[in-house]
Amino acid sequence: MQTLTKLGLAAALIALPGMGLAQEADTTPTNADIGFIFTTFMFLVAGFLVFFMAAGFAMLEAGLVRSKNVTMQLTKNMALFSLASIFYYVLGYNLMYPGDGWSVDGILGAFAITGLEPVGLEGAEPDLTYASVGSDFFFQLMFCAATASIVSGALAERIKLWPFLVFVIVLTAVIYPVQASWKWGGGFLDAMGFQDFAGSTVVHSVGGWAALMGAIILGPRLGKYKDGKVNPMPGSNLALATLGTFILWLGWFGFNGGSQLYMDTAGNVADISRIFSNTNTAAAAGAVVALIMTQVMYKKPDLTMILNGALAGLVSITAEPLTPSLVQATLIGGVGGAIVVFTVPLLDKFKIDDVVGAIPVHLFAGIWGTIAVVFTNDAASLGTQLYSILVVGIFVSVASAIVWFILKATIGLRVDEEAEVNGLDTTELGMEAYPEFSNA
Amino acid sequence: MKLIIATIKPFKLDEVREALTDIGVRGMMVTEIKGFGAQSGHTEIYRGAEYAVNFVPKVKIEIGVADAMAEQVIDTIAKTARTGKIGDGKIFALDLTQATRVRTGESNEDAL
Repeated sequence: MQTLTKLGLAAALIALPGMGLAQEADTTPTNADIGFIFTTFMFLVAGFLVFFMAAGFAMLEAGLVRSKNVTMQLTKNMALFSLASIFYYVLGYNLMYPGDGWSVDGILGAFAITGLEPVGLEGAEPDLTYASVGSDFFFQLMFCAATASIVSGALAERIKLWPFLVFVIVLTAVIYPVQASWKWGGGFLDAMGFQDFAGSTVVHSVGGWAALMGAIILGPRLGKYKDGKVNPMPGSNLALATLGTFILWLGWFGFNGGSQLYMDTAGNVADISRIFSNTNTAAAAGAVVALIMTQVMYKKPDLTMILNGALAGLVSITAEPLTPSLVQATLIGGVGGAIVVFTVPLLDKFKIDDVVGAIPVHLFAGIWGTIAVVFTNDAASLGTQLYSILVVGIFVSVASAIVWFILKATIGLRVDEEAEVNGLDTTELGMEAYPEFSNA
Repeated sequence: MKLIIATIKPFKLDEVREALTDIGVRGMMVTEIKGFGAQSGHTEIYRGAEYAVNFVPKVKIEIGVADAMAEQVIDTIAKTARTGKIGDGKIFALDLTQATRVRTGESNEDAL
């Protein structure tokens, strides 16, 4: 009896602290929650890294346009990112990720506004094997906005603000999401085995095709091609252009790393680390190749080409940043750098005026990167890669060209001659980026 | 009085200023300019496209001096700014008809 009492007392003593704790909920996540938590967290971090690429594009473009057009270029970058943020949730996200709700199976996604989970996941049953809808939406939105950023640089210094923004709305609400659903939404290209890890084709080529169509339909800047000669118009601030490139390079770790889509196992975390390392290596190789090639070909290194080379290296590795070794990543990125050095003057031969080199960097290196997947990933076949490049290219080119032509015929695309010569900052905005400097 | 106008290579400006103050020149006007002469520009390459730089950056100095000093000033500038390579610049001299010091109202050689 006495023993029993003692036991009872001991039990009560042990239970006491426990009872105190029981009044607060136990906040230790269950094992099932942990993967969800890490993957969601990873998407948020990767997402804001990709967000920062918007700043990178803005600085790169501000540096590569002439000082009389800097305010306009910055205005376009702010506006395009903000419009993409709105139209991607209004239409884009569910067009791109319809789940089981395809309007036309594998081809056209769902038409629905994006909804987030309830506050505190109250009453919701989230997919614990993946991540929160909010984090997935946030991450994917940044890719859509990056696609629109690619277009603005190529068409700089001559396109009017509003028709450009109308195009951005169509691109981010419809064109980008529809073709992205074919691969990342589980559509017909995905079913065929098309491999595009983080979007050499889905993001970069798409921006590149839209930019190419725009540049052709818009025409070159006044005086750029005269009497069969190319008349360069050097950028206003190479310090900003270099800062912008480094910001894009940083953002790319989120772009490619986040595209692993999971951070719930040791294997996935290790893969993300591989991706970071390969991404960095490819950028470095692209820059070094551009440095050496411009030195050899032109006797002096051209910084703007080195910047483009680094970006081309990044675009090239984006279709498959996981499977290559560091040496393979070096080769893939290096070829990207070479592509830029060869194709920037090539575009000039065709009188296609791309102010910042967006088409060589995002389209040509994007095509190369998509093809290069077959060298390191056995799941990819050359035929499917080429077919997908072609299908996406035709769709985006035709859709973009139609939109550009409609805008040209209705509200017009170009500013008038005097406005272009005086600069879009004073004529379209009445506000200069550097009002206290002379434009000598 | 003479007004001496010289265009020189920008990196020679400090040397010329020192040499001129050493011989007693007490003021000059300096402007950054662009122009061409026998050097007639050169070519550069931007993003793979060659283009002509028709106007080369120079520094223009203008000095008002007494007639007695003019030759010495011209010689000093010529000697100091010379590199022997194309693009060293030119020196012009004009007759100067009047000079006034704003602070005191002194005129002509007293004002220089």
